[in-house]
Amino acid sequence: MHLAQDQTDLAAGRRRHLEVAHADPVTRRRALLSEMIRIRRVEETIADRYAEQEMRCPVHLSIGQEAVAVGVCAALERHDYAFSTHRAHAHYLAKGGDLYAFLAELYGKDAGCSAGRGGSMHIVDLEANFLGATPILGSSIPVGVGAAFGSFLRGESRVTVIFFGDAATEEGVFAESLNYAALEKLPVVFVCENNMYSVYSSLGVRQPMGRDAANIAAAHGMPALRGDGNDVESVRSTSAAAISRARAGQGPTYLEFATYRWREHCGPNWDNHLGYRTQAEFESWQKRDPILSLERRMRDAGEIDDDFLAELESSVRKEIDAAFDFAKTAPFPSAEDLLTGEYAEPLG
Amino acid sequence: MTALLEAAPRSLTYAEALLEALDHALATDRRVYLMGMGVPDPKGIFGTTLGLQEKYGPQRVRDMPASENALTGVAVGSALVGMRPVMIHQRVDFALLSLDQIINTAAKWHFMFGGKQSIPIVIRMIVGRGWGQGPQHSQSLQALFAHIPGLKVVMPSTAADAKGMMLAAIADDDPVIFLEHRWLHPTFGPVPEGAYHVPLGKAAIAAEGSDLSIIASSFALIESLRAAEALRETGLAVEVIDLRTIRPLDRAAILQSVRKTGRALIVDGGWRSFGVAAELVATITEGAFESLRCPPRRLTLPDTYTPTTAALAKHYYPTPTQIANAAREMLGLEPLSETRYGLQTDLPCDVPDPTFRGPF
Repeated sequence: MHLAQDQTDLAAGRRRHLEVAHADPVTRRRALLSEMIRIRRVEETIADRYAEQEMRCPVHLSIGQEAVAVGVCAALERHDYAFSTHRAHAHYLAKGGDLYAFLAELYGKDAGCSAGRGGSMHIVDLEANFLGATPILGSSIPVGVGAAFGSFLRGESRVTVIFFGDAATEEGVFAESLNYAALEKLPVVFVCENNMYSVYSSLGVRQPMGRDAANIAAAHGMPALRGDGNDVESVRSTSAAAISRARAGQGPTYLEFATYRWREHCGPNWDNHLGYRTQAEFESWQKRDPILSLERRMRDAGEIDDDFLAELESSVRKEIDAAFDFAKTAPFPSAEDLLTGEYAEPLG
Repeated sequence: MTALLEAAPRSLTYAEALLEALDHALATDRRVYLMGMGVPDPKGIFGTTLGLQEKYGPQRVRDMPASENALTGVAVGSALVGMRPVMIHQRVDFALLSLDQIINTAAKWHFMFGGKQSIPIVIRMIVGRGWGQGPQHSQSLQALFAHIPGLKVVMPSTAADAKGMMLAAIADDDPVIFLEHRWLHPTFGPVPEGAYHVPLGKAAIAAEGSDLSIIASSFALIESLRAAEALRETGLAVEVIDLRTIRPLDRAAILQSVRKTGRALIVDGGWRSFGVAAELVATITEGAFESLRCPPRRLTLPDTYTPTTAALAKHYYPTPTQIANAAREMLGLEPLSETRYGLQTDLPCDVPDPTFRGPF
């Protein structure tokens, strides 16, 4: 069995669009699996090559959490908006962000998506309508609500998805943003990736027993759903319903997906040995690998085989290698560029 | 703009001038909307938004929940996708709740995403004074905001400038912090009809002279003009520079004046230490040192908060008499009394004019 995808598409390799809304289930599953694998390999390559000390910025990898990014973005249309946080690599790529510009940004190059000004923590791709990711906890949530608000004022049928983590729901601005989105019935989908840890701090030291961000959202009068963040198909169908609601003018929805971060909070390494979480807990989540789970299901159903996966891995590897080559050889910004960019409209 | 003023002798208050600017912006640019707590109130933000919601509807002239931080983020997000919001805080003090969105988000967005996007928002903030406003209703934080790259900070002092700079601020593609002093709202001045822009980043010569330069902004500019007029009666011609924009400073205009007069007296409505006046002293010392005939001097608020009791508040703000005497001291002349200047007044220190009856 071979990939249905055109080889030139892959050779172009800079962006992927998850055009799966009208695909048949098998094609859709192949696309979801392919995209999760692609993202996983990008992140693993960043981790492998980080020791080369040429990606000189903090990286917060999405390994283990790919299904949320891919499932949600698969339910979006290209003109919908997305915002994210410090852990945005998967969201950026799944939304259709340019892989070359992304890696060049990690390498601090002028061809980076933020011209080297932002690094991994401030990535953007306007063509993909990935409008920005910022690392101050909770800070991009109201900006996303604002994009939805602007979109609504302009009478567009766009939806805005805002990705954030469990700790962001502790910030006051989270509740303020829920309040406004509900008050104005804005076309927003709030997507919380609950991976239970904020750096080394577990949920238990941050939130009282019984506190549930989904209840906070529901208290503001919007549907609030929890789901398995490692089941990409379930993420996709849950998101699709929320996105449709928003597009139909019925207002915001809060979605919370349980998932798990495999590597350390910031950086390429494994750190379970530090003891803030147990190896057993990690292994139980690793067994629920979103990629292997779907892969197993699809093999059992005869939808993919070894050949399919081998071809996929091979083309993904080629694409990633080419992207890293681009990033490594692209020029740095020059000293003259230091003081440019304060204003969009310089005065005097 | 002088030509415009000569052709249009009608007088408006600063507040009416702002209302006219907002009305014009709403009428001519569908991307513009207003948002603030109490914007559609019967008092219309000290008269500056009166009638606008009736005219343009609640979608474009909006009240808002008590969520300054999130709503500033909402303004930013809406600006990213093409809107031009004007956000209004009835006091500068309330905007402090939104510093993450002003400083971390709005000011930085253009830079940190490689210059691809811009944030054309205007945030109006009102500096309170008088009638026991007290410590949390009277802060004047131009220095705080002017320290932040990526922000533009303006403080017009005349009705004509208020209208022209508001229109320019709305048209500007960057985030503009628009600081209005409460005691300027009732002041009158000639205001041209129709649309015009007063350029941001440009100071103005409010009074010409050659003995000394007073550099001021906002309500301090009015007090400085009173001082300059009093000094003229004593035979001195002081130049008064109205900064109008704090960030970016019009350094060329400041230096040109000080090179001419050799003496710089800076009057600023913020606290003394680490303030706008300090930045001006640095600018002047660096750029006009050889011209200086005496050290630059600053008159500011002391490093403490506005006391509510008028008994203490009367000693808190620089007065025209103090400004005039500081200038005379710099010129090696004896200070004069308030009466000698003709600046004596029965007006209590805590009201802007005799009609004011409180409470805010």
